[in-house]
Amino acid sequence: MRSNGSLFQNIDWILVFLYFALALLGWLNIYAAVYNEEFSSIFDMSQKYGKQLLWIGTSVVIILVIMFADATLFQTLAFPIYIISILSLLGLFVFGKEIAGAQSWYAFGSFSLQPSEFAKFATALATAKYLSTKGVSMNSWKDRFVALIIVFLPAAIIIPQPDPGSALVYSAFFLVFYREGLSGNYIFAGFALVILFILSLLISPLYLFLFIAAIAGIFIFLYRRSRGAIVRIIALTLLSVGFIQSVDYTFNNVLEDRHRNRINILLGKAHDPKGIGYNTAQSMIAIGSGGLTGKGYLEGTQTKFDFVPEQSTDFIFCTVGEEWGFVGSSVVVILFVLLFFRIIIVAERQKSAFSRIYGYSVASILFFHFAVNIAMTIGLAPVVGIPLPFFSYGGSSLWGFTLLLFIFIKLDSNRMEIL
Amino acid sequence: MERKYLFYFFFIGLALIFIARLFYIQVIRTDFRLSAENNVIRKEMVYPGRGLIFDRHGKLLVGNQSAYDIMVIPLQVESLDTLEFCGLLGITKELFISKMAEAKAYSYRKPSVFVKQMSKEHYISLQEKLYSFKGFFPQKRILRDYAYNSAANVTGFIGEASDRFLADHPSYKKGDLVGITGIEKSYEEVLRGRAGIQYKMVDVHNRVKGRFEDGKYDTLPDPGADIICSIDIDLQKYGEQLMNGKRGSVVAIEPSSGEILALVTSPSYNPELMVGRERTKNYGRLFVDSIEKPLYDRGLLAEYPPGSPFKVVNALIGLQEGTLTPNTSYTCHHGFHYGRLHVACHCGTSYPLPLRTGISKSCNNYFCTAFKGIIENYPDAHQGMNAWSEHVKSFGLGKFLNNDLPTGRKGFVPDADYYDRAFGYTGWKAVSAISLGIGQGELLVTPIQLANMTAAIANRGYYYTPHILKKVNGQPVTDPNYTEPKHTTVDPKHFDIVIEGMFDAFEKGTARGSRLEGIEMCGKTGTAENPHGQDHSIFVAFAPKDDPKIAIAIIVENGYWGSRWAAPIASLMIEKYINGEITRETLEKRMLDGTLKEEYQKQLDAVYDKKKLIAENK
Repeated sequence: MRSNGSLFQNIDWILVFLYFALALLGWLNIYAAVYNEEFSSIFDMSQKYGKQLLWIGTSVVIILVIMFADATLFQTLAFPIYIISILSLLGLFVFGKEIAGAQSWYAFGSFSLQPSEFAKFATALATAKYLSTKGVSMNSWKDRFVALIIVFLPAAIIIPQPDPGSALVYSAFFLVFYREGLSGNYIFAGFALVILFILSLLISPLYLFLFIAAIAGIFIFLYRRSRGAIVRIIALTLLSVGFIQSVDYTFNNVLEDRHRNRINILLGKAHDPKGIGYNTAQSMIAIGSGGLTGKGYLEGTQTKFDFVPEQSTDFIFCTVGEEWGFVGSSVVVILFVLLFFRIIIVAERQKSAFSRIYGYSVASILFFHFAVNIAMTIGLAPVVGIPLPFFSYGGSSLWGFTLLLFIFIKLDSNRMEIL
Repeated sequence: MERKYLFYFFFIGLALIFIARLFYIQVIRTDFRLSAENNVIRKEMVYPGRGLIFDRHGKLLVGNQSAYDIMVIPLQVESLDTLEFCGLLGITKELFISKMAEAKAYSYRKPSVFVKQMSKEHYISLQEKLYSFKGFFPQKRILRDYAYNSAANVTGFIGEASDRFLADHPSYKKGDLVGITGIEKSYEEVLRGRAGIQYKMVDVHNRVKGRFEDGKYDTLPDPGADIICSIDIDLQKYGEQLMNGKRGSVVAIEPSSGEILALVTSPSYNPELMVGRERTKNYGRLFVDSIEKPLYDRGLLAEYPPGSPFKVVNALIGLQEGTLTPNTSYTCHHGFHYGRLHVACHCGTSYPLPLRTGISKSCNNYFCTAFKGIIENYPDAHQGMNAWSEHVKSFGLGKFLNNDLPTGRKGFVPDADYYDRAFGYTGWKAVSAISLGIGQGELLVTPIQLANMTAAIANRGYYYTPHILKKVNGQPVTDPNYTEPKHTTVDPKHFDIVIEGMFDAFEKGTARGSRLEGIEMCGKTGTAENPHGQDHSIFVAFAPKDDPKIAIAIIVENGYWGSRWAAPIASLMIEKYINGEITRETLEKRMLDGTLKEEYQKQLDAVYDKKKLIAENK
């Protein structure tokens, strides 16, 4: 029963509302972050808020194009889009323009595009397409491997640009795999490895061994009646020790000094007031000084006087924290969480596996950005240069996230057509 | 369990963690607010213009000019190109290192002065580059600007408050300027005003972006009051020129008010030396000059035996005590003789001298005899001496004048106790102290006391405490210490005959060479013996006789006869002050060009020879 009514019929207006709410709040904060008395016209194209207004406007065009497109097109063209995306990433090594030390951009005159921002929705489409193929299952090692290739191919190309932050985002797909049947143990193991990795760099190996041995001892005591469990615990313990040893060895013998320094700074073991340590410190000062209700719009001194580097992009949340305080920051956090919930709810109501998997991909990618970005601004995570979706300044990222979300909204609006 | 719940769990869990963390850093912890303010707020002192100092006719003596201190906050300093920075500021690398260490020792967070008092021109040339050196910023300072190379000892100078001063004066901060000598010190409170504070906001590059909270916490500077001082700068300058090449001082007072018209000390220094970056070096040079002592204000601090001018006071005391009448005559036999005691006299007379002539001829015999008469008028020397001492002190001698100049000396007027200690209560009599009769012996006076004594004589029996302040912010002085006359113990009626004697000194006595047609001057020469070398040339005078406008005391160290240097200089000063111009060009030229350098060199050589002798004997 195809609807001949409006194009916008069956659109999930809650998602659309959340999208525009976040994008407009983002724009207000970008305006504050770059604000100065000399340039106050919001359309001033020499200023970031002027450009961002242009990006928001063009995003609306993108949204309209998506809405006019045929919903089945995305499923059909998933792989071609993915391949074009991979090629565009590879092309960077030849034609890429270096900005801020990373060769991640194509320059067209005065404006530049970052293909890694578009690779996200392309990878989501390809993952959804592959996993929704009949007969493909997360229980098959072969299918798992192919899915892993689809997800990590773009990451592998992005890492050496170098843009490790953007590459890291692709690990979000593990959540999608989990939804599609991958054992929860993998998620758990993944977390365990990350924690073990960080701990092995932070704590001297000897103490870590003792710590692990103590935990193993407790578990052996608890499962002392099960021989099989004891064997597994001992094997796991030995694996952990081996992992720690290899991390330790790699870190001290394989890596070069500059890598070591960077990691040490990330871990807070080295102090570099001009580098990343400075960012976090200033970011926390900005947010912390906001207090309960903030200093007021355009009144943030950290924001106005440029104490936080990258404030309109990766550190845009500082502006929220400083000028809108705890209340404003919490509202933004809640808006994001509402968006994630809504995406999952909408994804779950999809009849087609493609739409559902794509929806979960959207939620996972956005969630990963949100988690890492905000954790970094409030000093819970090391500085990883990834934007806050819809909020951060940048045409590529806004277009990328708009494509990501609105393809899903389009797919959802079309859910009744699928039998 | 459906798998979506893990997602829900993640979303809610992370949201809770974030909100809890935000609550912790935004609401619970308050130190970030402080950090944010520390980031942007820079407290700048706005120094008001220090009050100006004018002379009595409204000529500007001391004005203001702006200069810049380069301040440093060590915590904010980032690694910089030391060589480039030192080149910019015009300092050496060693100085940079030591200044930095000094600043860090004081405070990492509070600003310290890094380079002092950079001239406006120099500052403008480096202003644009300074902001790229984080942690350094300029602070505007007001420096003194001296219109005349004159009166340095009067106006004094300002300098950075010492640690000791800071400890006693909590309203001052390190680096504040404070009057060190002269009027700057006496009237520090008046001239200083109050520094204002401006809270400015700076961006990450330390560039000023505006006022903090629209200047809500700022305070306005309260400018210092202007002072009109009693000095006549033309007279002062003329006195300095006349004293050129001589050591000593000239103090001129307006008898009718006690206002100091000129306070010359020689040698002095150019007040400009006490301004700017070379100040420390210059000050050091002046300070260690133990031969010329340019920082030593002889007019206020040097104590001399007054010599013959003091005979006038003895004459007045004799008249008051009744031991002397205008007609009392003594015949000089080349001095005063008493037993084996002999005080020589060069008055060159051998006929009975009345009081008036005794003064004009400055007869030693006359005043030794007169002094003896005063003391012996009492039952014993003890009482006589005390009575005499009280009379002398009523002329402002032997005690602090309590004036508005930051330094001074009491001088010394002996009393009976002094001689009791030396000789025992009955062990002495008038002749034991006979030198006092001619202003020698134990007597010591400062030039300003001598000038004040002269003013008291000119006023016929009273004086106003000499003072340097005339008006503050247009308001005349009201301090009763300066506006109420202080009477001598000698009745006014006794003064006229003495003044006639002083008038005769110019007309036909010891100072006749300095006589000037048209101005009735009264004076008294003096030739004070001293242990250092040639006698001091001393002269006191006032004029005109019947309506005194100026009283003056002059001491030219080692200038020999009072009539040789001091009297002509006094006469020229009086002419300059009353007539405004000089007619006696030959005399003026002789005074301006005359120096006593040879005499001073002789003294210096003697000192060196003595030291050499001591060294050889060791």
